[in-house]
Order: sequence, then C-alpha cells, then structure tokens
Amino acid sequence: MEIPYNVEERQDTGMYNAKLGIWLFLASEVMLFGGLFSAYVFLRMGDITGTFASGSQELNVPLATFNTLVLITSSVTMIMSWVSLKLGDMKKFKMHLGSTLLLAGVFLVVKYFEYSAKFHHGIYPDTSTFFSIYFTLTGLHMIHILGGMVVIFYFLVPGSKMMKTEPERFTNRIETVGLYWHFVDLVWIFLFPVLYLL
Amino acid sequence: MSGHTDTYHEEPFWRKYIFSIDHKVIGIQYGITALVFLLFGFTLMMLMRWQLAYPEQPMPWFGWLFGEEGVMLPEVYNSLGAMHGTIMIFLGVVPLAVGAFGNYFVPLQIGAPDMAFPKLNMSSYWCYLAGGIVMMVGFFVPGGAANSGWTSYPPLSDIATTGQTVWLFGMVLLITSSLLGSVNTITTIVQLRAKGLTWMRLPFFVWTQFITGFLLLLAFPPLEAAGVLQLMDRLAGTSFFLPSGLVVSGELLDVSGGGSPLLWQHLFWFLAHPEVYVLILPAMGIVGEILANNTRKPLWGYKSIVYASSFLGFMSFVVWAHHMFMTGMGSTISAFFQTTTMIISIPSVVILTAMFISLWGGSIRYNTAMLFALGFLPMFGIGGLTGLPLGIAASDIHLHDTYYVIGHFHYVVAPGTIFALFAGIYYWFPKMTGKVLNERLGKIHFWTSMIFINGIFMPMFIQGLAGVSRRLWDGGISYAHATDTFYLNEMMSTSAWLLGLAQIPFIINLIMSLKSGEKANDNHWEATTLEWTDAPSPPLPHRNFEIIPEVHRGPYEYSVPGSDKGFIPQSEA
Amino acid sequence: MSGHSVEDIKKSVKVYIGVFASLAVLTVVTVAASYLDLGSGEAFFLAMIIASVKGTLVAGYFMHLFTERTTILAVLGLTFFFLLTIMFLPYIAFTDQAGV
Repeated sequence: MEIPYNVEERQDTGMYNAKLGIWLFLASEVMLFGGLFSAYVFLRMGDITGTFASGSQELNVPLATFNTLVLITSSVTMIMSWVSLKLGDMKKFKMHLGSTLLLAGVFLVVKYFEYSAKFHHGIYPDTSTFFSIYFTLTGLHMIHILGGMVVIFYFLVPGSKMMKTEPERFTNRIETVGLYWHFVDLVWIFLFPVLYLL
Repeated sequence: MSGHTDTYHEEPFWRKYIFSIDHKVIGIQYGITALVFLLFGFTLMMLMRWQLAYPEQPMPWFGWLFGEEGVMLPEVYNSLGAMHGTIMIFLGVVPLAVGAFGNYFVPLQIGAPDMAFPKLNMSSYWCYLAGGIVMMVGFFVPGGAANSGWTSYPPLSDIATTGQTVWLFGMVLLITSSLLGSVNTITTIVQLRAKGLTWMRLPFFVWTQFITGFLLLLAFPPLEAAGVLQLMDRLAGTSFFLPSGLVVSGELLDVSGGGSPLLWQHLFWFLAHPEVYVLILPAMGIVGEILANNTRKPLWGYKSIVYASSFLGFMSFVVWAHHMFMTGMGSTISAFFQTTTMIISIPSVVILTAMFISLWGGSIRYNTAMLFALGFLPMFGIGGLTGLPLGIAASDIHLHDTYYVIGHFHYVVAPGTIFALFAGIYYWFPKMTGKVLNERLGKIHFWTSMIFINGIFMPMFIQGLAGVSRRLWDGGISYAHATDTFYLNEMMSTSAWLLGLAQIPFIINLIMSLKSGEKANDNHWEATTLEWTDAPSPPLPHRNFEIIPEVHRGPYEYSVPGSDKGFIPQSEA
Repeated sequence: MSGHSVEDIKKSVKVYIGVFASLAVLTVVTVAASYLDLGSGEAFFLAMIIASVKGTLVAGYFMHLFTERTTILAVLGLTFFFLLTIMFLPYIAFTDQAGV
C-alpha cells in the first residue's frame, strides 16, 4: 500500500504530506515556546526585587553573540545542503550538512562552557527566578538542538542511501529537516536578546 | 512501504496486531485501551462515592485497599479524585473520541488508504500507552498517586508527594501522543481526501475531527510548557509557581521565591478550556452522523454547523480566564472574558438547534445508536445551559468550586460526550467487526444508564446551589451549609453504583456479539458516507478500499425524491 | 517554494548569502544597541524589533514562507493569533486586579 502524496505534491493543495506535517509540528512548537516566553514576561512583570535585570548582567554576552553567529551560519549551511541536493551534487550536500552538524556541536560546546562557568560561580536554576527561566529556556532549546543533531546525523550517514533509490523523497526529507533547523535558529534569535541583552 | 505497492502480504502476528501501522488496528488498540481506562476511572469514582455517602465507615469488600480499618483517608480520597479526572479526560474520553474513532473513521470517510503518516500513528498510540502506564505507576510510589486535583494547582502541587512528579511525566507523554496524533489527523484530512471530496462535502464527523486536531495542536503546548516549569519546580528547586515568603505547615518554605501560582492557572486553562471542546466536538460529529442516518434526512443546516463549529474552536482560545474569576482579576478583564464566554455559547446553541431541527419530520429509526444520540441532545443541553451562570462573574462567585460546577461539566462530558461515544460504538461496531451489537442488550444499557446518570448529576445542582464545596472528603458532614442537602449523597452514590452495574450488559454485548453476533452486511445502516458504501465490513487491511472511491455529492443525501433506494451514496455518480 | 529550475536555484543562493550577511549585521547591531543608554521600555522594543526583523528574514527566506502555499500560511496565521493571545496573558494578570 502506498500513501498518496507521500513524495509528489497534491495538485489542489500544492504540498506533499510531510511538508504540511512539519509545519503543523512547528506551529505547536511556536505555542510551546510562546507559553514559555509568556511565562518569562509574566515573571519579569512580577519581579519587584530586580532579579531579572541583575541576573542578565551576569551572563556572558560575547560568548552568546558568538553562538548566535554560529547558529545563523549553521542555518545557511543547512539550506545550502538542500540546494546542493536540488542540483544533484551529493558531495557538496554532505559537506554542507556535515558543517551544520559541526556548527551545532560548536554551539553545544560553547553552551557547556557557559553553563559550567555559572555552576562554578554557584549559580543554579534555583538561584533566582531569572536563572530559573534562563536555564529552562536554554535547556529546552539545547534539547531541540540535540534532537536536530540526531536527525541530521541520520541523514548524513545511514539515511543518505535513500538518495540513490528515491532522490525526490530524500530531497523532501532534507527540506523538512531544514525547516525544523531554521525554527530552532529562529527561537534562539528571540532567546538571545530576551535573556542576554535586556 | 515502497517496493511492494498494491500487493498485500500476510504479516506476522506482532506486526499485524501489536506494532501495526494500519490505522484501523491502531484505532481499535486506542479504543480498547481507552475503554479499560474509562472503566478504571469510573471505578475510582465509585470508591469515592462510598466515602461521600457513608463518611468514615469501613468500606465493604474493597476496604482492604485502604489498610486495616477499611476507611478511606483524606489523602487517598484526594488521590482518587485527581486521578479520576486525569484518567477520564486524558486517558479515557479524548483517546476514545480522537484516537479511536478519529483514527479509524477519518481515513475511511475521506476515502484514504490510511493516515498520512502510519508510523507516526503507531508511535502516537505507544506514547499514549506509555503515558497511561506511567500514570498508573503513580499509585505505587510513596505517598500515592497525584493528589492535587486534575488541575494540579500550585503551590499545593509543587510541594505534593512524589506522585505529582510521576503525573507530570505521564502528562508529558500524553501531550506528545496527542500532538503526534493531531499532526497526523490534520495532514490526512487536508491531503488525502478522495477525488471530488471538497470541504463542503466532508461528513460533519470529519469536520469536527479537523477542528479538534487544531485545538490539540495549539492548546496543548502551553500546558506542556507549564508542565516543564512545574517539573523544574519539583526537581531543580526553582520557584516558578512559588511566591516569596510561602509558609507551609507553620514553616517558611526555603525557596528563592518570586514566582506566581497564577502563572500556572493561566497556562493550564489556556489548554484546558479548548480541551472542553476537544471533548465535545467529536461527540457532536458522531451524533450528527447518526442523526442524519437514522432520521433518513440531511443534517439540517450543514453549512451553519460547520461554520459554527469552526467558530467554536476559534473562540475556545479566548475564554480561558472564566475559570479564574475568583483569582482576584479586576472587573475589566472579568467583563472581557464574561463577554467572550457568552459569545461562545452562540455557536454551541446553533449546533444543538440544528440537530434538534434535523429531527423534525423525520421517520426516525429508534435503534440503540440513535437512542444514545438522542439522549446526547438534552443532556448536552442541560450541561451547556447550566454553564451560563458559571460564565458570568457575579454568579460564579457563589457557584465557584461547588458541586454545581461538578454537575455542569459532568452533564457535558458524561451523559453528553460519553453517550455520544456509546452511540458511535453501536453505530460503527458493524463496520469495525462485521458483527452487529445486540439491540435488546443495547436498549437495556441505554435506559438504565440514562436514568442512573441523571440520578448522579442532577442532585449535584441542588447541593451546589446550597453552597456545598466540591472538595469535601467527608461528603459535607462537617459543613453546616450542607446539612439540608446531605441526604442526597446516598442517592447519588447509589446511582453511581447502579450505573456501574448498568455497564455490564454493554460489556457482555461487546463480547457476545463479537463471538456470535448477527453478521453485518457492508452497508448495515443504509448510510451514504464512504466507509459504509465503498468498504467491506470490516474494511480491507492496510488499503481499506478495493478501489479508491470518487465523490460526487454531499454527505447526507437521504430521502432524495426519485431515487430507488431512498438515499444516494456519496460515491454514486 | 522558490522555483525548481537550476537557474532559479542558483539565483536563490545569492539571496541566502544576502540574508546571512544581514542576520550577522543585525546580531552585531542588537548587541551594540544594548549598550546604548535607553530606558528599559525603549530597550525592550528596540531589541524586539531587531529580533522580529531577523526572525522574518529566517522565516521568509530560509523557510520559504514568502512564497509558501496558502494552506500553510493560514495555519501559521492562526498560530500567530493564538501566540499573541498567550503573550497577552501577563497583561491580563497584572493590569487589572481586584482591590488594586
């Protein structure tokens, strides 16, 4: 049995199934992070002792700026890998997707140093409401990065066999992974000023 | 799946019945699991009703569950209450309405060979089962299962026993399951409609599943966010929901503070109000199908009810704070939510009215499915109308947290949604199994359930108006307000136990009919929709239809003048 | 989705590089702006405006939303409305309280 529109686009909607699927999933992710951002604003509005302003002073802005650039670059390499697939250049595809994975790794390593510096200074999630939300938001974002890395690794090594048998389907898969990855980037674009700069 | 198109291979047992990716098997898995959980959740309530009717008397037969004395402790009562709510909503009704019926009949009614993502579908069921099992584990951890109510309000839930942590993990799994499920349902409906099946030709049931999908998709994540925050509070010692200077049992709680219990309530009700419509919309869909089929008439005002239910779904996102009138909200915000609440009652009334008008002039077939569907209409009417005083801030201040609230939402969910689900089981059982459920047992099931369920919930309005709080574990014995209405407790409890007995004919019916029931033909009810007209009973494994049908007309062409059968199937050219 | 022909794809690569450059510049700008001596309200709005521009670039070009199908845009429109609703939540909790 074959599910219709698994690979090709349905004429009247103009989409293949997974494309709508991933967007619906991202819509729910928007609401997930939306709920947490709302919690952030809520707590900040109720913060009479000023832990938010003083807390964000303690974060390392240069490191986070570097990380922002890393993540933006990984987004570009992600889309370039999809472009390479479209052009049928498997070698370039692997190179770009590999760099995405590598950059994601760099992001996590930097984050690890940030976290351990905080722990070193005795700052934990229960230190203040600001650090509670800081660790929760960045932690959840890191879980998303990790999940993305697992999927990217899968398509880089074992999953790329599909390119030989069903090239169009594989290209679609890379496009959906890309959409997820850009979303993770998008979340960070908002997390960065909200946590580090304000 | 690629490689063997159109051929069907016999699969090994575990692939066919356990880790199946066939939407029909998954639907039945959902159905059976959900029915077991429904029965279990109901059992918890039957235990609680003993305590309410005969406070502090040892329970016969089941007393050993509560230690040597056989008397239910307040903590246990709280645990049972919290778990009853959680199980009935998240493990019973929603999986049955969306997971079972949605999964099984949406692809069939739109003429699709399966759901859009079969493997995702399987993982969504297994996530649900895992969530259910984790919830059950809660009963065996020190301190018992979660005992802060199904709403898990902090700060109580933040400082509650381990059961609460287990509850949160269970919820995360259940939320994941319904997210996967809703992505699948929406994609299936948008992408896999058969040729010619335009939006306004969709059976009403498919519409309700579509809207429900969006509610699950967009309302659940904020609760997941809140759940993550509460987990952080419980495990990492944060204080998202704990204000500074909180005193517990005379001692200042050692936390950083600065949080707010209100934050939880907002995030929780942002989910939980749409959740109400998750419970009711599929029920309306089922009832719509059955009404049209058994009145042998088109559903009256099909377009209006489709628009009304879409509007209902949309509005359900902007009414949540009417659950929070007592939290110190000012009059401006109260007025806003009071207004949106009054507005949302309009589409509900449109749908209910259209369904009542559908009955007009029909030559009604009173089979069991139809009886349950007809029972749904006034029961949901009572549930809906008694909600109005709760939506108005002034009267809510009196009624809040009383048995009136319990009566109100149980009328919506129990004789409302659950009756509709029973109707669905009687209506679709022939399609799912190829056997017809016994009508006589079915009618016994309906009439006894109908009488006893009203015996439980109608007195709650009286108690609630008298001001009896819903949280009293001793049934109001220590509560001066309650003395006048105290005698009702025994009546309600007896009704609850009799309602439990009334389910026995249903269970017997399911088993007996499956084994030796009357054989159903492919279109047992002479219906017009694709699952009846174009698929055998039961439908073919993995592909449903021999030939994927094409659709040429709307869903309810009954009693069409000039047609020889009296109805025209959707797929007839 | 931006076209399928090889020509179109090569053209879009240039766009992606442009977007990348703008994102990098805006990141630097937002960090620089945080050192300006602004009131907390103004700083918040400035940071949010820059973040929104960056977000729009990512969603519009990398995620192809500028040329996406109406079904997806409709779903996201709905989501965005509910996102606004939930962001409105703290306002509800703090602006109007009984007895304040």
